[in-house]
Amino acid sequence: MNNKNNSHSISLFVNNKPGVLIRIALVFARRGYNIDSLVVSPSRDQHFSRMSITASGKAKILEQIIKQLNKLVDVLHATDHTGEIVVEKELALIKVECSIEQRTEILQISEHFKCQTVDISGNTLMLQVTGNSDKLDALHTIMAKYKILEMVRTGKIIMARGDAST
Amino acid sequence: MATKIRDGAQAIIDSLQQNDVEFIFGYPGGANMPIFDALLDSPIKLILVRHEQGASHMADGYARSTGKAGVVLVTSGPGATNTITGILTAQMDSVPLVVICGQTITPNLGLDAFQEADVSGISFPVVKHSYLIKNANDIPRIMKEAFYIAESGRPGPVLIDVPKDIAVTRFQPDYNIDMQIPGYTIPIHGDSARIAEAADMLNKAKKPVLLVGHGAIISDAGKAVKALAEQMQIPVTNTLLGKGAFSENHILSMGMLGMHGTAYANMAVLNCDLIMSIGSRWDDRILGKTDEFCKNAKKIHVDIDPAEFNKMIIPDCSILGDARLVIEELNTMAQPGDTNDWLAQIEKWKKKFPLKYLKKGGLKAQYVLDELNRLTKSDAIISTDVGQHQMWAAQFCKTTGRYNWLSSGGAGTMGFGFPAAIGAQLAHPDKLVVAVVGDGGFQMTSAELVTAVLNKLPIKILIINNKYLGMVRQWQALFFDNRYSGVDLAGNPDFVKLAEAYHAKGFRIKRNADVTRILTDAINYNEGPCIIEAEVEKEDNVFPMIPSGATYDSMVLERPRKKMDKPVGST
Ligand SMILES: Cc1ncc(C[n+]2csc(CCOP(=O)(O)OP(=O)(O)O)c2C)c(N)n1
Ligand SMILES: [Mg+2]
Repeated sequence: MNNKNNSHSISLFVNNKPGVLIRIALVFARRGYNIDSLVVSPSRDQHFSRMSITASGKAKILEQIIKQLNKLVDVLHATDHTGEIVVEKELALIKVECSIEQRTEILQISEHFKCQTVDISGNTLMLQVTGNSDKLDALHTIMAKYKILEMVRTGKIIMARGDAST
Repeated sequence: MATKIRDGAQAIIDSLQQNDVEFIFGYPGGANMPIFDALLDSPIKLILVRHEQGASHMADGYARSTGKAGVVLVTSGPGATNTITGILTAQMDSVPLVVICGQTITPNLGLDAFQEADVSGISFPVVKHSYLIKNANDIPRIMKEAFYIAESGRPGPVLIDVPKDIAVTRFQPDYNIDMQIPGYTIPIHGDSARIAEAADMLNKAKKPVLLVGHGAIISDAGKAVKALAEQMQIPVTNTLLGKGAFSENHILSMGMLGMHGTAYANMAVLNCDLIMSIGSRWDDRILGKTDEFCKNAKKIHVDIDPAEFNKMIIPDCSILGDARLVIEELNTMAQPGDTNDWLAQIEKWKKKFPLKYLKKGGLKAQYVLDELNRLTKSDAIISTDVGQHQMWAAQFCKTTGRYNWLSSGGAGTMGFGFPAAIGAQLAHPDKLVVAVVGDGGFQMTSAELVTAVLNKLPIKILIINNKYLGMVRQWQALFFDNRYSGVDLAGNPDFVKLAEAYHAKGFRIKRNADVTRILTDAINYNEGPCIIEAEVEKEDNVFPMIPSGATYDSMVLERPRKKMDKPVGST
């Protein structure tokens, strides 16, 4: 659904072996495609891993990239989910500078975004937020008003809805 | 089969034997010594080369001329990196290779150990697949997978990196072990509905053309293509690598198309209303200006690699599958076509714009090659290097058999022609094998003369000596105002003496009048390799020519009077 900035959500099901990530990254790099986020995790079966990649670039090039990925012996399947209805989630930790006076205000915003407060110090506040990437982007924009000290995002994970497999 | 205890190196050699490997092209070094040792107890013949690049091209020539994977065995570090050019060459042209590299011991990996190189890492962009063996028990499975992956589907090179400690580990190999490649599937039959659609398009076409590529050779689609062409009366053109998929002496053949293709093939492509590619990837040497290529013609694309669809052109009908099976099924649906007017038109073009060269004056490469074609009755295995001589050989040496043409197309690797001929001659000891090479490219791998002499291979090495890097010189002449830069090969050795230095025979052709006699003598010389140096005109150019990235209607048949625009294509 999300296609601002030509961004694409790609899922891969791959062998859980050394070197697989490089082979995949090379396919993107060769066509000058930037990987914006990448999540690798074990799958239900320990022999295989799941990858969720968001990348931006032209759709025509991506079609070729997906085919090239599927050609890799270590890739069982690669799918572009752009435009499909899938569940997409991401988690972020945001550390903002926060004086005692600002605390209430920031916590109000964070409540609106259903954040968890995971750390508080005299002059900082760390929030954990989950949801789709747009929501995380929105929180980021608002928090930018305060001083963001650090932000780490996990990158998006994707799963197809209902009976469809990812 | 429960087997006895072997070490890793022995298990590798056992696996090679199980895959009916006849030859290993190799060079030893510290890291692969256990494998060289195991080789002594095997019937597999070692061909000791003089440079690892030579080994990779020999294995390639063996593979191109048999369809079976060629096997290379080299040591770690520089031994392995010397094969990279050969691996690229094989990858670009879909040639099955199994390249086995020695490697430092596993505890030393990543420590910059002596002669360590991350060879599997280096290989990633240029292989079909690669392995770094970390456990000796994996050897039988990996060897099985390597041959299967290299030879099946769209073939390609597979590299196996073997740390020395793995090669000496003793274990009980299980040669019946199953492959584990769930991510590797190969298309076989085409979709019948798509094939029916293609048949319908062909039946409706008035001016159809078949374009056959290397895929048609790999899948052995030749017979089916011939039946299709004859039944529907469709003219056939072939890519550089498709030479031999359909006999170029057949009345329906128009020979090669593209940048240096025949004028009549190119005119047919420019004017056709349907073009069907069978195992060709619409390479940029063929398309010229991509957007304009066969703009108004329907396009059908048969390929075993789905990544080729919509890559260069968007076909009206694409059929994923093995070319032979697809065309065989198509043949059950195709109807006899009425293409008489179209064929008559092509006949006119053939008469009006034949391949030609001046028979008078200085010695012409084209004449030497034309005569070679006549004397060998278009039935020799021709292996070429890269350059003008390659294009002239493609034009004048007609290819009639499936495995008779070996040439580096995708990579355009100078130095390929002669070692590839060695691989082909080993595979076909009774066939006439001719390496057509340039004076430049031959010198890149000429050290393999020893290899040919030692193995008494009666290869005819025809050096088209124009004393230039001719193809580059041609571009400088046509597109860079005759400003020759770095193309003069002054200082070439005396090639006849070079042959003699290696205890091979040398012949020299200086004049038109020598050609038939000396070529005949060389063809009849079978004691070992011979060099035939043809001292041809220095500044001749290859025509026809569609400049790189240009449209088909900008084909030139001879050097234009006015300066040509610089080509927009890359090379
Ligand atoms: C390894 C390599 N380096 C450079 C080139 C670029 N190149 C293509 S053709 C050519 C000239 C070849 O000269 P020669 O072997 O004498 O053949 P000729 O064109 O004269 O027939 C060169 C340098 C190449 N194809 N391969
Ligand atoms: Mg030359």
